[in-house]
Amino acid sequence: MGPVNNITPTATANTTFRDWFIRPNVQKWFVIVSFAIIPVFMLLLFTYYPFLKMIEFSFYNMSYTKVRGFYGLKNYIDIFSKPELFSTFRISLYYMVGALLQIGLALYFATILSFKTKGSAFYKGAMFFPFLINGIAIGFIFKFFYTRGYVLDTVLQFLGIPLESLPYWLRDTTINNWSLVATSLWKYMGQNMVLFAGAIMSVDPTLYEAAAIDGANKWHQFRFIILPSIFTVLTLNVILSITGSLSAFEPPYVITSMGGNGTATYFIKMHQTAHVQYKVGLACAMAVVLALIIIIVTVIQKLAFKYAFRNATTETKVAKKSKGAK
Amino acid sequence: MGVERTPKDLFFKFLKHLSLVVCAIACLLPLISCIFAAFKSSEEFAMTSKVAPPQNWLNFENFKMFWNESGIAQGFITSIFVMVVVICISVMMGSMIAYVLDRFKFVGNSLIRNAFLLASLIPGLAMQVTIYKMMVNMNLVNSLFGYIFMMAGTDVISIYILLQYFENLPVALDESAIIEGCTYYGVFFKILFPLLRPAIVTCMILKGVGIYNEYYNANLYLQDKKLFKTVSTALYTYLGPTKSQYEIICAGVLICTAPILIIFILFQKQIYNGMTNGAVKG
Repeated sequence: MGPVNNITPTATANTTFRDWFIRPNVQKWFVIVSFAIIPVFMLLLFTYYPFLKMIEFSFYNMSYTKVRGFYGLKNYIDIFSKPELFSTFRISLYYMVGALLQIGLALYFATILSFKTKGSAFYKGAMFFPFLINGIAIGFIFKFFYTRGYVLDTVLQFLGIPLESLPYWLRDTTINNWSLVATSLWKYMGQNMVLFAGAIMSVDPTLYEAAAIDGANKWHQFRFIILPSIFTVLTLNVILSITGSLSAFEPPYVITSMGGNGTATYFIKMHQTAHVQYKVGLACAMAVVLALIIIIVTVIQKLAFKYAFRNATTETKVAKKSKGAK
Repeated sequence: MGVERTPKDLFFKFLKHLSLVVCAIACLLPLISCIFAAFKSSEEFAMTSKVAPPQNWLNFENFKMFWNESGIAQGFITSIFVMVVVICISVMMGSMIAYVLDRFKFVGNSLIRNAFLLASLIPGLAMQVTIYKMMVNMNLVNSLFGYIFMMAGTDVISIYILLQYFENLPVALDESAIIEGCTYYGVFFKILFPLLRPAIVTCMILKGVGIYNEYYNANLYLQDKKLFKTVSTALYTYLGPTKSQYEIICAGVLICTAPILIIFILFQKQIYNGMTNGAVKG
């Protein structure tokens, strides 16, 4: 990268080890190998080797200790044909809807808290803090929160809704997944908000003034200045929330005891398949499907956002350029 | 922006503040009700409203009970130990590979970069099954070393943060040091590494919170819960899926959350910055 590397080694006769060692080229390779070998080894050991093994195992009927036979695509067919496995995709949809709502709320609060607002530090802290709490602890907090006649019911009764008309938040299968989704929204909304707020802060404030002179209202400011400048962070978060919706684990694990009452997410099912039923082959096939979905979603997301913002980004670029020209 | 206040402006202002207040209540109510419950005796808990404050704020019985019976003290020790070791390993490994990838042109540089990039796309959780099998084969299940090894080994985020930071450190620093007779090792350890402090703080925050709150791997790789307890596993093992004494559950939750709250209050700025630096910037 830098010219550091271009210092040409001067070969001299009868060099000592030190002379030889401090020659830039020799030293360079020593540094490269000694610094890179462990991280690269770890990367191969914990990412690529398991990834390839995962694909291999997904074609077998096997447990952790023995292989029972080659299955071909049967594991994959099972995922899509066995209702108890396939139904988990539907549950992930709840989390996806929740995640989109979460991003919308985060965007809203990030925008209003980025401009002068009384008590913004307090609001920011209150919204962000749940993200730092232990997931298991959050599970217990909400188990308490949702219990019949406890916190949520008390508040709703206070607002005038009689207890009899309230559902059992964790038992009623028409509502319990939403209850769990709400806990994950509670945890992650503030974190998204802080990320968005950070990106909004990096917007050059003179852009707003320039826009105001051009007669832009608050919505235009948001659409043409704020949104394009946080576009990367936004894309990243949409991807993460979809990944998260398939791999949601802690809410159903703690609150409904391992996904009882029809709340088992894809990842909970995968965990049970592998560590309770010891169907390692099937669990690997599920993991491959998960990885594929995430990779496909990531690619689509990138393309879609690029398409949606192709105009807006050029506009801000133009705006930035004209500002620089002044 | 405008100086004059029309009724419409005031209305929007009202809506804005209303939304903030409602959101803050929604965020804090679950925690506050938990604090209330933790200070109540079991009779008081059964008799009173769940959103009413306790009669006696000095009733620490539930906390004592949880502390003595759950082995959470051991959990704190283990979690902090794991946190320190994993952070040291990740920061060292991350900054070394970032130095090599950012400062040297060599065959395979872009290959390694892309390998790390691709690895961040593959969801780590998907590989749990095969990593677990691998760890069983290496005899690293139920060993603290195994857990630390795997927590440090699957960390790509730190590498990213450090790599981004390296790109902003001027190469002129390296050059002048080399001219003064410094070796590449010297450049890294004496000059660049100390300058990485802000990036290291970011990594420490992200990793630290992650490890303190980590449950899945701790449960899987430290299976013998009598021998090994982290904060999360101690909490889950003691409170379990069936316990219904919510005043004790709430006390346990608060004991685990208090250190995080203190750290959050003290390091708010660094945490926010750490979060935003950790995300890929546009």
